[in-house]
Amino acid sequence: MSKAMKSIAIAGAVTAALAAHTSTAVAAEKEKCFGISLAGQNDCAAGEGTTCAGTSTVDYQGNAWTLVDAGTCEGMEIEGDRMGSLTALDRDLPS
Amino acid sequence: MNVTQTGFHEALLDPSRPVPKGLSNGQGDPAGRRFSVYRNNVVLSLTSALETAFPAIAKLVGPENFSKVARLFLARHPPSSPLIMYYGEEFPDFLEGFEPLRRYGHLPDLARLEQARRESYHAADSTPVDIQEIQSLTPDQISESRYELAPTVRIIHSSWPIYDIWSYNIENGPEPGTRSQNVIVTRPFFDPISTPVSNATAKFAEAIQNGMKMGDAHDLATELDSDFNLSEAFGLLLRGHAIISINTGV
Amino acid sequence: MLDTLYTPISLPMSPGVGYKPQHFSDIMENPGPVEWLEIHAENYMGAGGRPLAQLRHLSEKFAISVHGVGLSIGGEEPLNEEHLSRLRHLCDWLKPASFSEHLAWSTHDSHFLNDLLPLPYTKKTLNRIIEHINRLQEAIGRRMLLENPSSYLAFEESEYGETEFLDEIAKRTGCGLLLDVNNVFVSATNLKVSAREYINSFPLTRVGEIHLGGHDKDVDDYGEPLLIDSHNQKVADSVWTLLDHTLGLSGPRPILIEWDSSIPEWTELANEARRAESALSPVRA
Repeated sequence: MSKAMKSIAIAGAVTAALAAHTSTAVAAEKEKCFGISLAGQNDCAAGEGTTCAGTSTVDYQGNAWTLVDAGTCEGMEIEGDRMGSLTALDRDLPS
Repeated sequence: MNVTQTGFHEALLDPSRPVPKGLSNGQGDPAGRRFSVYRNNVVLSLTSALETAFPAIAKLVGPENFSKVARLFLARHPPSSPLIMYYGEEFPDFLEGFEPLRRYGHLPDLARLEQARRESYHAADSTPVDIQEIQSLTPDQISESRYELAPTVRIIHSSWPIYDIWSYNIENGPEPGTRSQNVIVTRPFFDPISTPVSNATAKFAEAIQNGMKMGDAHDLATELDSDFNLSEAFGLLLRGHAIISINTGV
Repeated sequence: MLDTLYTPISLPMSPGVGYKPQHFSDIMENPGPVEWLEIHAENYMGAGGRPLAQLRHLSEKFAISVHGVGLSIGGEEPLNEEHLSRLRHLCDWLKPASFSEHLAWSTHDSHFLNDLLPLPYTKKTLNRIIEHINRLQEAIGRRMLLENPSSYLAFEESEYGETEFLDEIAKRTGCGLLLDVNNVFVSATNLKVSAREYINSFPLTRVGEIHLGGHDKDVDDYGEPLLIDSHNQKVADSVWTLLDHTLGLSGPRPILIEWDSSIPEWTELANEARRAESALSPVRA
């Protein structure tokens, strides 16, 4: 394909995208200020029940972290022989 | 006995260390578990920040497991900035190198997608380019121009069906398929939109983002995949308010 | 020192609440008795997007108090200059009615620990904090209010009482004070001192804002009560009583309700603000 032909093909594809874009209801979308935050926040509070939660020492070496396959995708093949659970594990890691 | 912030800090992050000497209950008795209030605040507040930032990972591994992974992560990578909304940048790489979760090879890329969505959420606002400006270009100008993308755009490559996994866990989408997916994140207004795309479309968007001319980016994508659909790829960027300026200069 | 005619009160003499994004629509439509809002500075230091857009809308309708939670004023290391310029940038565009921070540290060895950590009240700490507050006030070009902490333990090395320590800082930097009445109650219970005596000895003329929040109950190793400043529930009745005592001595002050976790529906938070309004109205007359 000549350079000019190629330019015309590309411009055609872009123009088609523009046409599709202007005909969709973009104008109807409004600035929505209300919504869910995606990030954790800084605050100045302490946790709840804090003298007893979360301080025990942990050692996650070796077999303690063998996970158990579970969920609806158990044993599913993905692009070869990699296996894994793509949905929630239904068992906790042993501690 | 004077307590330095170095000593306080070390004991705070390592519960196997004793409570620093010189801290009391106010009556002359050792502070004991009163010190744990601070230890736990650090661990719980950072764990909860990671849980908000990586909801799909948290859901997949479950709350108990997530808090264990989070504790190991935060001990190794405490925040280096007071902006907690950005905390966890190293989490995807940490998951990748985390032996016990190695079998779950999709987790690091899924975390990368969640990180990309969070970055997009906080990225600077910009105004999309006027459609008429593109319409006024000649075919050669369209091919020879560079298109500046909004700071809200993120492109994730993966060999896992990460969009499906994310959507299944976060938006009640259908069960994940088995084909690998790349994802383009755009933010037309305030909410990031994730769109699964082919490898060629992801490479095209990345080339545009890096300042490649439209014609060259198109060639690159077509070489990768003869089915590459420019109209669809360009439409995705338009809908995502992702194109913010055009540079027709040579 | 800045000017001597300074009054620390720059917020409306009425109830305010700690702003939570989930309350955006409710606050805009039905603020009830709430005339001002407090935000945590660090949550509005992103480059753009919804948080800043919300804040722009809110600031057109409400007076805003910027409350920093990440500067580490009590840190042994110099203040983070990058963070100071972020604070300056926020104050410059938002032009808040007030800026406040904590008597605490949170950064050490380039780790931000995301908690307000305690300080020994020594001459050395005093001088460091004065230096840091002078630097901060210079950087943001305005005075700040410094907040009293909630304490779970004490430092044996301390040479000053807390109110004396805060008074000295305020005198030598010209800063105002933020009196958190719940923190007073929590610390007094935990360290077995009198909350009323603490209030009686507090330099109340320097108070530009009062905080109220809910606390949790726990016990220490000896089975003694240990209150946790959790901001996850209503303000305790005993704290409202301590507020009445405080307002009786100080006169009216801007009062903020803080509720940071297990965040309630807007109506419940607005009711807490109403209760603050009822505490304010007799002293306002």
